[in-house]
Amino acid sequence: MVIRVRRKSDVASSEITPKEVYVNRRDFLGRTGGALAAAGMAPLVAEPVRPREWRQEAHVAPPADYGEELRGELNPYDDVTEYNNFYEFGTEKDDPYKHSGDFEPRPWTVEVGGLCHNPGKYGVEDLVGMGEIQDRIYRMRCVEAWSMVIPWRGVPLRNIISRLAPMTDAKFVAFETVYRPQQMPGQQRNVLQWPYVEGLRIDEAANELSLLATGLYGEDLPNQNGAPLRLVTPWKYGFKGIKSIVGITFTEEMPPTSWNISAPHEYGFYANVNPNVDHPRWSQARERYIGKGLGRHPTLMFNGYEEEVGHLYAGMDLREWY
Amino acid sequence: MTRKGRVRLLKTGVWLLCLTPLAWVSYRFFLGDGLGVDPVLEFEHWSGLSALTVLLGALSVTPLRRLTGFNDLQKVRRVVGLFAFFYVTVHFAAWIGLDQFFAWAYMGDDIAERPFITLGFTAFLMLLAMAVTSTKGWIRRLGKNWVRLHRLVYVAGVLGVIHYLWATKADDRWPFVAAIVLAVLLGSRIWWAGRRRRPKQGVPARKPRVPGSASALDVVGTIRTEGPGR
Repeated sequence: MVIRVRRKSDVASSEITPKEVYVNRRDFLGRTGGALAAAGMAPLVAEPVRPREWRQEAHVAPPADYGEELRGELNPYDDVTEYNNFYEFGTEKDDPYKHSGDFEPRPWTVEVGGLCHNPGKYGVEDLVGMGEIQDRIYRMRCVEAWSMVIPWRGVPLRNIISRLAPMTDAKFVAFETVYRPQQMPGQQRNVLQWPYVEGLRIDEAANELSLLATGLYGEDLPNQNGAPLRLVTPWKYGFKGIKSIVGITFTEEMPPTSWNISAPHEYGFYANVNPNVDHPRWSQARERYIGKGLGRHPTLMFNGYEEEVGHLYAGMDLREWY
Repeated sequence: MTRKGRVRLLKTGVWLLCLTPLAWVSYRFFLGDGLGVDPVLEFEHWSGLSALTVLLGALSVTPLRRLTGFNDLQKVRRVVGLFAFFYVTVHFAAWIGLDQFFAWAYMGDDIAERPFITLGFTAFLMLLAMAVTSTKGWIRRLGKNWVRLHRLVYVAGVLGVIHYLWATKADDRWPFVAAIVLAVLLGSRIWWAGRRRRPKQGVPARKPRVPGSASALDVVGTIRTEGPGR
């Protein structure tokens, strides 16, 4: 016999919202939320005010190996796949979703080189086979001061790195995005220098959180999210998450990174989420949660991952190493 | 058509033109994509861009009048200016109520410490001052100083363009277009000022007059012909 112990957090069945109201709540809030917000009744407007269809039911994130406690805060699939900074496809947030249709993520080869014992050409499946596929729910914080919660699927980067066997003088890992202006119309303009490049210190790359992602919401990455392979480093600003990777190089010197090339005083190599170090033009102390109502929320040090990554930066002046 | 009828048609046209940004965002919000995944930011962008466009529109009335000789255009300056103030207010209100959600202390910090926000707020104050003093009563009360105060519209234009440029992360194309349009509009005034000062050969010199700075009486006269309450 199973005796169910009632916990304080359990919801009484009388309090469960009827499904019709739940499914239509965005519509209800869309009409009344604006008025309530205007009256300053912040606590009542806890849900998004926009009248978009709630399509979460169509995409369900698989049980997470990491970050399951964030499930309640997940952004719907449409948010994650229709609001992207991927200038290779255009600089508007909906450009990647609209203009990545012609991009072909297969066949795909990643060129591994530099100071490692196992350089060579690898397919996506080869790299993925080097580790265990996991589902992880991570916060993602853009340098523009907005954030989402995303259920990634991928392989821990540390597994891949250990199989590629970097040499002892390899201090950094550099990454490079594909250059294909025919399929990526944004690359026909030099809003950034192409191809997009990024890098991590080798201990950052080997950190438990670093993920080489091949999917989200349990499905393959859509083109606009960096198919077929992208980096996810949730304690850093989103631009460190380089997409559509074709090159992995182990280096001794700190590699160049595209946003640092574009605006060296605004974007650094480390780009750790840090509410105490502002962007020269705007504050980084607070962020907007996409799809979760009005107003802003305090930004967390290392995007809330201080326990996992704080030690990597012990003794470093993070204002100097922004 | 009578002159009065023509003016009425012109004003209706200008009103409709100035309302198109509002119609556009309403369509998008209620019938279109709901302003997308991040409606707050989208609304801020829309309102700011509309404010700047209408402000540049207000600054182009006089150059257009000079170019076309269509003097009735003078009568729409106040309407367009007030619409610019309207969109700027919407933009500011969106920042306060949707983005920051009435976090007054943080907003104060932003205005004091983020240069692009300082400029934006300053431009808003200038437009506020001009909107408040846009009535016949104020023109009479301020006299010559009214003209001086309303020259702030040029400064507001400059601040608005810089605010836009500094708020843009990387893709500077539209801010630069706005800057070029502003430069042409302000440059045209400087050019006209130069022309007025130099009389043509054989033509008696005109009394020196800086264009764009109608005397308060000129403006009052303009307002009077617009009819009561307008």
